Amino acid sequence: MTWLQNNAAWVVELAWRHLLLALPAIAASVVLAVALGRVAHRRPRLRQPVLALASVVYAVPALPLLIVVPLVLSIPLRSPLTLVVALTLYGTALLVGTATDAFDSVDGQVRDAATATGHGRSALFWRVDLPLSVPVLISGVRVITVSTVSLVTIGALVGISSLGTLLTDGFQRGITSEVAIGVGVTMALALALDALVVVLGRVLTPWQPRRRSVRAPAPPELVR
Amino acid sequence: MSTFLDALAWILDPSSWGGSQGIAVRVAQHLAITVAAVLLAAVPAVPLGVLIGHTRRGRGVVVALAGAVRAVPTLGLLTLLALLLGVGVWAPLLALVALAVPSLLAGAYAGVESADPEAVDAARAMGMSERQIVRHVELPLGAGVLVGGFRAATLQVVATATLAAYTSDTGLGRYLFSGLKSRDYTLMLGGAILVALLALVLDRLLAVAQGRATGLARRTAADSRLGA
Amino acid sequence: MSRSRLTAGLVAGTAAALVLSACGGSDPLSSGGGDGDTIVVGSQDYYSNEIVAEIYAQALEAEGHDVDRQLRIGQREAYVPELESGDIDLFPEYTGPLLQYWEPKTKARLTDEVYTALEDATPDGLRVLDQADATDQDSYVVTRQFAEKWDLRTIADLAKVTEPLTLGANSEAENRPNGPKGLQDAYGVKADFAPIEDGGGPLTVKALKDDDVQLAIIYTADPSIKKNDLVSLEDPEGLFLASHVVPVASDDVDDDAAAVIDEVSAAMTTDALVDLNQRSVDEKLPAEKIAADWLAAQGLD
Repeated sequence: MTWLQNNAAWVVELAWRHLLLALPAIAASVVLAVALGRVAHRRPRLRQPVLALASVVYAVPALPLLIVVPLVLSIPLRSPLTLVVALTLYGTALLVGTATDAFDSVDGQVRDAATATGHGRSALFWRVDLPLSVPVLISGVRVITVSTVSLVTIGALVGISSLGTLLTDGFQRGITSEVAIGVGVTMALALALDALVVVLGRVLTPWQPRRRSVRAPAPPELVR
Repeated sequence: MSTFLDALAWILDPSSWGGSQGIAVRVAQHLAITVAAVLLAAVPAVPLGVLIGHTRRGRGVVVALAGAVRAVPTLGLLTLLALLLGVGVWAPLLALVALAVPSLLAGAYAGVESADPEAVDAARAMGMSERQIVRHVELPLGAGVLVGGFRAATLQVVATATLAAYTSDTGLGRYLFSGLKSRDYTLMLGGAILVALLALVLDRLLAVAQGRATGLARRTAADSRLGA
Repeated sequence: MSRSRLTAGLVAGTAAALVLSACGGSDPLSSGGGDGDTIVVGSQDYYSNEIVAEIYAQALEAEGHDVDRQLRIGQREAYVPELESGDIDLFPEYTGPLLQYWEPKTKARLTDEVYTALEDATPDGLRVLDQADATDQDSYVVTRQFAEKWDLRTIADLAKVTEPLTLGANSEAENRPNGPKGLQDAYGVKADFAPIEDGGGPLTVKALKDDDVQLAIIYTADPSIKKNDLVSLEDPEGLFLASHVVPVASDDVDDDAAAVIDEVSAAMTTDALVDLNQRSVDEKLPAEKIAADWLAAQGLD
């Protein structure tokens, strides 16, 4: 643990950078997946294409994506934006199925009632569909939160520094404790954000019973 | 765009396919490590998932554990294992096994849980043992979801198996690392396209299997209603 | 409200998130180089190179220069374009490999030949400052046991080995002149290639000891050579070029700053470099600390 004593400040700085890379990607994934999920839910004809596209994106390995994204967007290779865009693509691909499911889960009668009481299309989305889809949506957001935080580490392979830097640096110098701390802090960050998402879900759905619902939603990767 | 066309040309060039460093050998290695990782992961994950799904106990613990496993950065786990085990195929294989476990576990418990409780009760009323209920009612009814777990795990593993080349000369990831280190984007993109294609082929195959399994579930459901 | 407005809102939200990320994330990582006063110091994704870059940075800061650190960028193929475009102003390099990057067919092998050729090969807008006495060059390394078994002293002696040889090194070596091709051309020695992506680090050493590879490329200043009792084979045909630590500088590095760096290079010997590397690997200290201690010991802080 000598390594940690000597490098605590660096670990904190890397964890902060890690967070700055993960959070925008998670936020953008949620927004995009909700938009696409809504399209897939409302337009049955678009449903298959949208979900199929999602699995194609998910099948692309991460490393080349980090090279292709800057080529396509003509931004520098080491720009943090590269990693954020790549992680957003994965996050969206993983979440869009759950988002579609989440909208499907909203009771049609509730929606009819809202329309009858004069809610327009937009109000229907913001005040009925979106809030009622939160319980299912949250299960997916939890998964992409955790997977995004852990995937940020691969940026270290192309020079975008994060906790992943501890993995590559420790590997070269043969300092096992450095690699182990990189893994441990990444996990801690992922699980802390996961807990935050759970709390956020409870705050957003005050009508839900505090205890876990009898039938938890299916894990998002199983939703196609 | 031209890089993309060059990459396609590289894939279509028959001379890229032969030899010990050729595409054919690398696709075979990639496939082998993927299948091995998913099957090895299934050995603990599926029985455990079935047990949880059947007893409805310990789900919270296992979900939390699966979340923790998901939070492990694969690159880090791979590095640690490589420092421990040295070069070769074992370090990436074990890292990929860890990657596959959460999805397989989720597929197994969600599948068994998805069995209609009435069908399970009917089977119990008919005097089936718990073991028989699992084998003849819950597993057939949940087969579609169970295969879905295999599908999700395979898709994750096949894309991530590229990292195997970080510590061993295995699979299609080698094209990515060589391309990355020498800025040979054609090679890198070509490798990426091959991995994505392999992933999509496997995904389609497993989708067909999932469809068959879901069909089996429907027939079993019909049978169990007749039996009841 | 129409769906298109809703979609527009969501798209705007995403764009906002991405822009936010660009601002939030780019701060510590920005490519810099914008205002002329700040000197952007880069380094390879290699701990030893990072320490040297950190020494440059701290020496400049001690003389009142503003420094922006862009460390651990990657391999030569990744950062040289950034140097050439002026995004990075100062970079610790190695004379031989850099010359080979710009002039793959160069015949220069000895210290002064290589330095002169490198001065000529350096593109406009860049220049090389004084080279340090310190060398850190690729070398073919075998275990002591393997060397004794086949009585190996030079690379040419590898021709005596009758069992199949596998060379372990970073994957880029496969296509570089110092890889299996060069070994075949210069010495007529045939070897298979095993890519190990740790830059001659612990996994490479482990692979040597496990006999997964018999031959590996490890830098001569790597402390693991001494620690693991490995043998560096001599290179009579000059497969590897002389490789001294040398700073590459852009025009943003003025004479004043260049003088600071020249003073650092004058003090840096091979022993000093091995010592710096040793502190990183054994004492597990961060580059800043190792650099600061060294500068203080040289009276350059």
